[in-house]
Amino acid sequence: MKNPLKDLIKNPIVENPMNEPSEHSRRKFLFKVALLLNGAVGAVLAVPVFGYLFGPFFRKNSSYNNWVSVGNLEQFPPGETRLGKYRNPTGTPADGQTRTLPCWVRHIANNQFQVFAINCAHMDCPVHWFPQSELFMCPCHGGVYYQDGAVAAGPPPRGLFQYKYRIVGNQLLIWAGELPTLSTEASLARPGCSSCQG
Amino acid sequence: MPGLKQKGIALYHWLDRRLGFVKPITEAAEHPIPASSASWWYVFGSAASVILMLQVVTGILLALVYTPTARDAWNSLNFLNHGLTLGWFLRALHGWGSDFMIAIVLIHMTQVFMFGAYKFPRELTWIVGVFLLLLTLGMAFTGQVLRFDQDAYWGLGIGASIMGRVPWIGGWLVHFMLGGPIIGATTFSRFFALHVFIIPGILIVLVGVHVWMVLRLGINEWPMPGRLVRRSTYLKEYEAEIHKDGVPFVPDAAWKDVMFSAVIILAIMACAIFFGPVGPSGPPDPTIIQTAPKPDVAFLWIYAIFALAPPHLETALLLIAPIAVICVMLGLPLYAGEGEKHWSRRPVAVLMVCVIAVSLAILTSLGEHPPWSPVMDAWSADPVQPKYLKDRTPLERRGAVVFQQMQCRNCHSLDGVGGKRGPELNRVATQMTESQLIRQVLQGSGNMPAYGSALSPQETTALVRFLETLNGNQMPARNLARPLAEGTPLAEPRQGSKE
Repeated sequence: MKNPLKDLIKNPIVENPMNEPSEHSRRKFLFKVALLLNGAVGAVLAVPVFGYLFGPFFRKNSSYNNWVSVGNLEQFPPGETRLGKYRNPTGTPADGQTRTLPCWVRHIANNQFQVFAINCAHMDCPVHWFPQSELFMCPCHGGVYYQDGAVAAGPPPRGLFQYKYRIVGNQLLIWAGELPTLSTEASLARPGCSSCQG
Repeated sequence: MPGLKQKGIALYHWLDRRLGFVKPITEAAEHPIPASSASWWYVFGSAASVILMLQVVTGILLALVYTPTARDAWNSLNFLNHGLTLGWFLRALHGWGSDFMIAIVLIHMTQVFMFGAYKFPRELTWIVGVFLLLLTLGMAFTGQVLRFDQDAYWGLGIGASIMGRVPWIGGWLVHFMLGGPIIGATTFSRFFALHVFIIPGILIVLVGVHVWMVLRLGINEWPMPGRLVRRSTYLKEYEAEIHKDGVPFVPDAAWKDVMFSAVIILAIMACAIFFGPVGPSGPPDPTIIQTAPKPDVAFLWIYAIFALAPPHLETALLLIAPIAVICVMLGLPLYAGEGEKHWSRRPVAVLMVCVIAVSLAILTSLGEHPPWSPVMDAWSADPVQPKYLKDRTPLERRGAVVFQQMQCRNCHSLDGVGGKRGPELNRVATQMTESQLIRQVLQGSGNMPAYGSALSPQETTALVRFLETLNGNQMPARNLARPLAEGTPLAEPRQGSKE
């Protein structure tokens, strides 16, 4: 019996007249059409992938934030600065321990507050409050801030980030939900900027 | 048993007829290389790929147990360390493998640079190698995040704050890096995907391309002073050299590669056994702020630059310098693709390697014991020695209390104990007069905060009097202008109390 495979090995395709370039034009054309179709399908597929990947790019910053409680007013006696804790408003149980976040609450007097982000304005390290010297010190690169959040020494390019706050009943609420960096500030407030205080 | 042997040979032929691996692999293994290249200097590239295999294998083994979520990762690392037989050893192998990987890759790169191996026709091999270095560092950084502890958490904050300095799109970049507005579950998943799928995938493909080009273009010959590389003649000269005294790669050169790889793997195992795994440190709980976050060894030099760069140049330096350095490295073989290969005729290259190596070493050692970081517990942990309190007046002793209580010690040391952020205070009163000391304490300057609002006048006086007792037998600083202005002789003792 004749074996077509053996025939093909004996007479490779080179000798096949079907392989002549002139005869090829239609297949070449179809191949190009197929490629084009794949390109189009790829472009359509890229839209949802792009949207999935870069979705956070197009979301308004304020849509992450929410009013969250840092605790009862009694936790923050007048004239003192204490560590407050709040839950990330967009958090999920999968966040584990990272869902609860710290901030520094300064009760100036008569329910006048300043709520500072824990993050140093230099590199986002956690600043510590020292009530004796009335200074915030950063353990990373030696940034120091006064009690009102203004830069006292070291490399920070600005004062401590501040959250807007409001008092509802007995609760101190802050407008939070975003990691403060130089581009994503905790609020518009800067130390010494009375008009934009929260 | 001849029957079995014949069957074995038959099976081998059956497989090879279908796979066809044997011939190309044998050819690649025995490809001729210049006899001069069968050197101990040429073993680092193969060692790096062997470590990569170790990292892949240990990484997969760790992934069998590790729980890749922000909530459970830290616990599963502790389980690996303490709850699972030899889990600590696998973690240690993977961690030390990473350190060795970076070291070997850097040595390999330095060797290639010093031997001029990046020149024609191996420019692209070098360029791919630069990307391999960046990917290796990317693996180290993402791996540090997966060791999801306090350092990892705040390290992510540092990364985000760098992104936040990019003009215009900084905020978007922060969200893109964190996978959301804040460090949390999505941030962690993102770094897991990078460390386990994306970067290793690209890394393995590029290693393949890198090795393919080494085989295709031949191993660099040992450079000879005065033998210049020219695009027109190099390939013929190389061909002639391997015809004249070429040796097969296997076994003439490969025995050194294999031997060195074994030594390196043994060294990694020894480090893993004797030093154990790194961390995890405290849990990734941002409300535990008693921490001084520091990156792993490979990034300590960057951490040092953050602290030492002048603040006004910092953002520009952070954003422009890395891109400039990478562009220089990528452009090197295109700019210097021809000419001298031997190090003795390339003084600028040798000088550059020395300067870069010394700078990295100094910055890393500074980062290891950072003098710019305040010691946050020095004020309560490092006492004033009794010798500074003996035979002192009550006012001076009160000054010692103020000195400790006001956290001066966090930045200033006594007898070398305490923070190194500011100058040691043992001799400060020999350099500043009493009024200068008071002004410095109250107003601060440079890296020192002003204590004007935190200190009462009595406390300030006590503090300065205490500082004046620290200089032992040395004379205190004097304001020469005052006695001259008042017409009193210079030899008279200072009238500090009048000031």
